[in-house]
Amino acid sequence: MDIFDLIGPIMVGPSSSHTAGAVRMGLACRRILGEEVSEADITLSGSFAATGRGHGTDRAIVAGLLGMTPDDERVPSSFEAARDKGLLFSFAFGEIPLSHPNTARLQLRGVHGAEADIEAASIGGGRIEIRRIGDMSLCFSAEHPTLIIRNADRPGTVAEVSRVLSEGKINIATFQVNRNNRGGEAVMVIECDTPVTGELLARIRSLPGILRAAYIDRD
Amino acid sequence: MALFYSVRQLEEMEMASALPLWRQILAQSAEESGISQDESLARMRASLHAMIEADEAYDPGQLSHSRLIGGDAERMRSYVARGESICGEFVGAVLTGAIRMGECNACMHRIVAAPTAGACGVMPAVLLPYARAHGTSEDELVAALYIAAGFGMVIATRASMSGAEAGCQAEIGTASAMAAAALVYLHGGNVQQMSSAVAIALKNMMGLVCDPVAGLVEVPCVKRNAAGAMNALGAAELALAGIRSRVPADEVIDAMRAVGEMMAPQLRETGQGGIAASPTAVRFRNDFFGK
Repeated sequence: MDIFDLIGPIMVGPSSSHTAGAVRMGLACRRILGEEVSEADITLSGSFAATGRGHGTDRAIVAGLLGMTPDDERVPSSFEAARDKGLLFSFAFGEIPLSHPNTARLQLRGVHGAEADIEAASIGGGRIEIRRIGDMSLCFSAEHPTLIIRNADRPGTVAEVSRVLSEGKINIATFQVNRNNRGGEAVMVIECDTPVTGELLARIRSLPGILRAAYIDRD
Repeated sequence: MALFYSVRQLEEMEMASALPLWRQILAQSAEESGISQDESLARMRASLHAMIEADEAYDPGQLSHSRLIGGDAERMRSYVARGESICGEFVGAVLTGAIRMGECNACMHRIVAAPTAGACGVMPAVLLPYARAHGTSEDELVAALYIAAGFGMVIATRASMSGAEAGCQAEIGTASAMAAAALVYLHGGNVQQMSSAVAIALKNMMGLVCDPVAGLVEVPCVKRNAAGAMNALGAAELALAGIRSRVPADEVIDAMRAVGEMMAPQLRETGQGGIAASPTAVRFRNDFFGK
């Protein structure tokens, strides 16, 4: 918890979880996609589905997808901004099984053809967690520079990645490793204290056993 | 463990150092977040400016999405301006400010969550009229925000600042306690008086449920900001008069948490109990979601 969680965030109302958190969700998903969003199919679940419209949750998510921040006064008019920018979006309301009460699923397509299917939860006070990307269950806040690495599940891969980061003087804030089955594919989610340079990212990608490495910078 | 986890710790910090408490809160929180003190001060100043801007940008014609909220702050302001109010200009300005910010929030304008968006009216409602009445400098207001945040962090850590977790006592109650501590600081009170003000403010909000009509941050949230601001004034005045809380602030905070745990889910931001379950509230909900 930060002192600015008590005085702050500066945000467009009315709800830190249902409005500010929803903007951050859209913003994080946009960064995960890695390019301008051209189409978005959004499913709101739980309390997001029940009270989202009254809290502007729908407008907030679209605002985030357009790159607006929670304090942007254009958040309430994001649907109009989306029309101007040619972002096509749709909303559905339904229960996402076993999810946090404030959950949204965003299926995105980008202007250069990138695709992402992301589940995110708004966990209170405007903070969010990315809970799933594609078929990977994971959990990160999108508040830190974050590496998402898919790798072959074999000895030494984690050590190699952390060695590259250590040589780049990057301190690791959190580190998660998950895998589907022994010897199959694994996923590392590494939240860092400082941004990861393009050069370090290239070195990580060239390590043996690394299948894909995505990098999400902070806001 | 968060940075500040007990009121006693804040009291000991004050006693152990020649630096004023707000300076120590600033120094420790900046170090924890990995930013410089100057950066932290700039952010806190930006929060203060955003509060002032939100207060000044109030539009009496604005209505919330549900159309339940709008225009009340202007009613309050003109009533006070007519010189008819019971409590006079200062308290009138506090009530007006709280309703004004609550309305801005409900109408999707830019506000500063303090500690939450639903409780955003309490802090500015007491700080801004106080500053106008006493010629308080911007630097002093920023210092008061650190005091508020320090005590707020203790409450959020030991108990909660979320209505969904512990009811409105954790939202408006926390905001009210934070504002009471800030007022005691601005009026020259010591750290024991701040602790008493926090304890008194929280005790008087103990058990307050979170029961938003149709699940929206509108009714009764906006008017509860006025209640929280008035409670902060009262708690600060009692503490400044030398009245001490018979129960230490940390024990009051722990009791608030325990009460939150005893609250039925219907009373924790689900829109199913309390005012939200009244026949009129149910009618509002059906009208709004039926549209």
